[in-house]
Amino acid sequence: MLLTFTTTHQPATDLGFLLHKNPARAQSLDLGFGLAHVVYPEATEQRCTAALILEIDPVGLVRGGSRFDQYVNDRPYAASSFMSVALGRVFGTAMTGRSKERQELADSSIPLEVHLPVLPCRGGEPFLRKLFEPLGYLLEATRLPLDEHFPEWGESSYFDVTLRKTTRLQDLLKHLYVLIPVLDDDKHYWVGKDEIDKLLHKGQDWLETHPEKNEIVRRYLTRQKQLTREALERLTVADDDPDPDAREEKDASLEEAVEKPISLHEQRLQAVTEALKGSGARTILDLGCGEGKLIQMLLKERQFDTIVGMDVSLSVLERAESKLHLDPISPLPLPDLGAGATPIPQDPPARRSPRTQHARDRVRLIHGSLVYRDRRLEGFDAAALIEVIEHLDAPRLIALERNIFEFARPKTVVFTTPNSEYNVLFEGLQLTGDGTPVTGDGSEGAVPFGNLPSRTQRFRHKDHRFEWTRTEFETWANRVAADHGYAVAFAPIGPVDPTHGAPSQMATFSHV
Amino acid sequence: MAVVPIPRAEAASAEGLLGNAYSWCHNHNPMRRERGNRDSVPNDGRVEIPDLSPVLLVGASGCGKSTFARRHFKATEILSSDQCRGIVSDDENAQEATGDAFDLLRYIARVRLRNGKKVVVDATNVQESARKEMLQLAWQHHVPAVAIVFLFDEAICHKRNETRPDRQFGPHVVRNQTRDLRRSLGNLFREGFRHVYVFRSPEEVETAQVHITPLWPDFKHISGPFDIIGDIHGCWNELQELLEKLGYRIADLGSRSSDLPELSQIDPSSAIPDPRSIALRPDARWRPQTFYEVSHAENRKLIFLGDFVDRGPNTPEVLKLAMSAVATGAGYCVPGNHDDKLMRKLKGKEVRIAHGLAQSLEQLAEETEEFRQSAASFIDALVSHLVLDEGKLVVAHAGLSEDMQGRASTRVRDFALYGETTGETDEFGLPVRYPWAAEYRGKARVVYGHTPVPQPEWLNRTINIDTGCVFGGKLTALKYPEMELVSVSAHEVYAESKKPFLDQAKTELSAQHDLDDVLDLADVFGKRIVSTRLRGNITIREENASAALEAMSRFAANPKWLVYLPPTMSPTETTTKEGLLEHPQEGFSYFREKNVARVVCEEKHMGSRAVVVVCRDAAVATQRFGVATGETGCIYTRTGRRFFENEAIERALLERVATAIGKAGLWEELSTDWMVLDCELLPWSAKAQELLRKQYAPVGASSVAATRATLSVLQQAAAQIEGLEELLDRTAMRKETAVQFVDSYRRYCWSVSKLEDLKLAPFHILATEGAVHADKDHQWHMHTLAHVCGEDPGVLFATPYKIVETEDRESVQSGIDWWEELTGRGGEGMVMKPFQFIHEGPGGLVQPAVKCRGREYLRIIYGPEYTLPANLQRLRKRGLGVKRSLALREFALGIEGLERFVRREPLRQVHECAFAVLAMESEPVDPRL
Repeated sequence: MLLTFTTTHQPATDLGFLLHKNPARAQSLDLGFGLAHVVYPEATEQRCTAALILEIDPVGLVRGGSRFDQYVNDRPYAASSFMSVALGRVFGTAMTGRSKERQELADSSIPLEVHLPVLPCRGGEPFLRKLFEPLGYLLEATRLPLDEHFPEWGESSYFDVTLRKTTRLQDLLKHLYVLIPVLDDDKHYWVGKDEIDKLLHKGQDWLETHPEKNEIVRRYLTRQKQLTREALERLTVADDDPDPDAREEKDASLEEAVEKPISLHEQRLQAVTEALKGSGARTILDLGCGEGKLIQMLLKERQFDTIVGMDVSLSVLERAESKLHLDPISPLPLPDLGAGATPIPQDPPARRSPRTQHARDRVRLIHGSLVYRDRRLEGFDAAALIEVIEHLDAPRLIALERNIFEFARPKTVVFTTPNSEYNVLFEGLQLTGDGTPVTGDGSEGAVPFGNLPSRTQRFRHKDHRFEWTRTEFETWANRVAADHGYAVAFAPIGPVDPTHGAPSQMATFSHV
Repeated sequence: MAVVPIPRAEAASAEGLLGNAYSWCHNHNPMRRERGNRDSVPNDGRVEIPDLSPVLLVGASGCGKSTFARRHFKATEILSSDQCRGIVSDDENAQEATGDAFDLLRYIARVRLRNGKKVVVDATNVQESARKEMLQLAWQHHVPAVAIVFLFDEAICHKRNETRPDRQFGPHVVRNQTRDLRRSLGNLFREGFRHVYVFRSPEEVETAQVHITPLWPDFKHISGPFDIIGDIHGCWNELQELLEKLGYRIADLGSRSSDLPELSQIDPSSAIPDPRSIALRPDARWRPQTFYEVSHAENRKLIFLGDFVDRGPNTPEVLKLAMSAVATGAGYCVPGNHDDKLMRKLKGKEVRIAHGLAQSLEQLAEETEEFRQSAASFIDALVSHLVLDEGKLVVAHAGLSEDMQGRASTRVRDFALYGETTGETDEFGLPVRYPWAAEYRGKARVVYGHTPVPQPEWLNRTINIDTGCVFGGKLTALKYPEMELVSVSAHEVYAESKKPFLDQAKTELSAQHDLDDVLDLADVFGKRIVSTRLRGNITIREENASAALEAMSRFAANPKWLVYLPPTMSPTETTTKEGLLEHPQEGFSYFREKNVARVVCEEKHMGSRAVVVVCRDAAVATQRFGVATGETGCIYTRTGRRFFENEAIERALLERVATAIGKAGLWEELSTDWMVLDCELLPWSAKAQELLRKQYAPVGASSVAATRATLSVLQQAAAQIEGLEELLDRTAMRKETAVQFVDSYRRYCWSVSKLEDLKLAPFHILATEGAVHADKDHQWHMHTLAHVCGEDPGVLFATPYKIVETEDRESVQSGIDWWEELTGRGGEGMVMKPFQFIHEGPGGLVQPAVKCRGREYLRIIYGPEYTLPANLQRLRKRGLGVKRSLALREFALGIEGLERFVRREPLRQVHECAFAVLAMESEPVDPRL
């Protein structure tokens, strides 16, 4: 990993005084994760370049108990938080703006040039420019090819970057210290509260007014919401603008946020909640509950006294559990099919009157899968499957269908799924349902081939296995209803386009 | 000893051992009420206890119950209320702990009865309420309850209690207990006890002899071979024809028909078999008669599944044959609902004449009254169902769920004769049957009839062989243990079926395949123990099963295709040779130590593991795999994901494979129309796109650029500054390794734009119809597959291999040379396998394969700089133990799954193994091994 500073301020070798590193010698420092070296490939009166070289131990990274588990890793080569740590340790004094020998120079702006041969930029060149240009840098950036033998693999996220500015060295160092890991969007160490202090300290003079302030803070604090909020609050604490106009502006934007049309997903949840309420159901299954958004909405309705959320992903369930403030995922006992004879009865659950029931008493989360028959799902009034079926391979739908309609048989079942006809109305093809661009190739590792478009190009979400037109959905639902003794009704969700229908569609099944 | 007088019921029936337990069963058929009968007990001190029952010792404190229990029963069988009081409170006499103590006692009793173990309840049991709960347990578990009553003079008990320091209670306690006991004595049968024994003095207790008798359906010691015959319904001609086809000789004894003495009067020591030996109820009152002599050259035995009578043309002769077979020990019978109804009619009961009963009565009118009564007694003597062949076979007219097998109660009898219905009726007005077979999880095979089906089909180890002969279908026999079906067609339609069963459209999928569309979560989730032939029981931890659930549900292909997931593979032990982590020497040494004299080395292709299930055509996929989507197979990864997103490519590749197999003549040679192949699919880049783009190429790009820039800076600096030589050298080396790293991964990448750009290299023929080829050596696999690959070199690739003798120095050297040559030109390395597919060494199963990877290949595993001496030295510290243990367990699971599939076990049995392999893969093991 390499970073060089160059100045043409004369005498250029004064750079050594500013950095507190003698240009005539090589200096090394053990940083724990590797060695840092400072050498001067060029040191003349006209031009002086100091190079910071990091030798990161790739085996130590994995074996040293840090969070890295891959030997095949770009960390030893790409500029990252390792570089920030090294800047802080090697040029700590310079970063404070002190210089034993050349204080005046340290306080002056001098022409400086920084070269980073491998700088990872998540967000690409536009973001890179948004970070440095407002700070007054002239920027040269060349994207590195990922592999010139395989241009079809696309571009790398690394840039060879040169920054130029006439500035104080300490400002440059602070900018680099903060912005390198922001561009890399990662940290090699655990980020806690003290990271806020570091950020505010290093960003003292410039961060508050930086147009990308929010994103810088967010990424620097590894996208931890709590920390980000706190940092932004502290950053703007002096910003309690006494100007009444400014305050008004602020209120207006709040109002706008309130009036902002509710999202499609919100509408979906409301439609499903209404359908469930209308069915008179008291016990609800939320199958594929995700992080529990529907459960949160259902909890507001006293009508529902038992809500069981099920998801196939344990990590998602854990998030739901913490969002809903529930106890650890409770193992609803599965029946022992092998034992045959009468099961050993369990102690009856302690019952409380509905009045005193807390959310945690009304909700239970279980880990399970819709493609396996699950006896825990029997005996419920209603089940909701919001945007679930399209995540299953179409041939596996038969298992879901039988699990729900043949075995579990709730009185009411509500499905929602995207209406693929509407996709043409989304701006651009590669948009997810929420309008954000799809990332990754979405191929799930399956082999793309020939001219067939991959799923990503066809569907709203990279994990969608299919998306149905209204006719396809209704054909399926009508057949299922007929086979299993249900009646089914359909409803659009979201704004209805006269040609393409609504973005989402809902089917409500009920026992005949 | 005195036996409580029992009013003998007039119909000496009821295997309803719980004859009087009907008070627990609210829906109980009142007709059963009369059937409450008990065996009379000889007054000789003989106490008969059914092998599976709750035995209640009833008597006042101090009467000697505990002593009696200890003398006659195993310690584990005895549940003592005193002891339970002690367990929950530390004080055996703490009366306030009685509630908890009985909760505990009931719990243990429940578990034991469920597990088929008897319990002896050592408590006073003098009050009806105390006995009621145990009787309820007996009812729930379909077993008879026994009461052994100790009714002595109070003084005896009181005196005994006085000698015990912990029983210092007043005489009123025993007095009250004795009073309660006397009050209930006359009611014990009415309460529901099947056997009641009363001791009236300590002397009687002393001389008592306890005999454990098997439950009535228990004929586990009888073990075939059998020919099991479905519902006959008076189809005499077809029966004769079928028996002949099965190789039976039937001689009409005509006038020589024998009359034997009534069984219950038989002297047990005489030569005439007792009822138990011919699978009749021990209290049978049938006088065996023979009208036909039935014999088989190979001494096979017949089993009739009931419904001999009604609807058909010749009920009397069918009855005569069945009676003769039973009387002479040539066969066994279970009763059907029609037989039962006829029996009741013949015994003078009021029954509705319907469903063909009229024909039977008409035909029997031609017979003597003596015959009619004999037939009735015969039917009455039949046990509801039989458990045979060490518990591996259960026969019952209408089938039987696992919890009722081998047990005896009116509910068991009702199920076995009539089946269980849901209470609903279908469009033909027939009762809708409870799908017990679909839910069946038992180990025993259940053969049954009762409901006509067009074609018998196995479903979860059960099979219905009633093929509706009397309705113009077939009369079918199942040969056991061969499991072959033999049928004869009906000569005519003797009766019209209410539901036109023969017209039932043949569904695309078999019943088992249809059921297998939905696997049950309970069959894979939680802690599981999978029993394998190669490695015994393998435990799957709950958290691993949990982890596998998401992968299996979201990403895996249809479980019907996932008959096998390949095991992980360990590398050879780490070498200390300079510059290397792995070397074949260690591999050969490992096998030599394990007494493997001959090893097959196969070139290891750097592609992706692919399991190919290929059928000759779509019809085979439907019939054998139960996949009716028109697919002809599936190509999936080691985690069960479909290899190709694009179905067209998969189909095209499968077609090429199937064609090559066909051209090689392998379908015929192996008499199969499907095959499971273990393969490597190349190029690596076809599957590893994501990995290459997100990890390998970025590391390549960044390492080359960074080291190049650093080197250039250092070279410039070194011109002016002293002491940079070492850093310069290291950096130069790094730059070199970065370039080598890029070369390494590039070697395994090429663009794929047409089918021929893919290469499939099969190395195991895992299974074909009727065979798992783990019994063949690897040379057979490689040789046979080379033949197949030769038929289509465009996409198939025969893997080069070499056989090495581990004891032969030269041979080993040639193996090493070969590896050096392979890896020298950029090959990944080689896989070393014992010559035999499965090799048991001195310490058990030997690794089925170990890999030995080349120096350059390992760069893409351990990173560009791994060959730097300081790095290599640390990387050598790696443990293979867990990986190797996993490899063995996964191998055993893989083979087990294939064997189960080949044996046509229900999918859940096969899936259990694949799921277990996937679960094991979530074990934290160094992924670089």
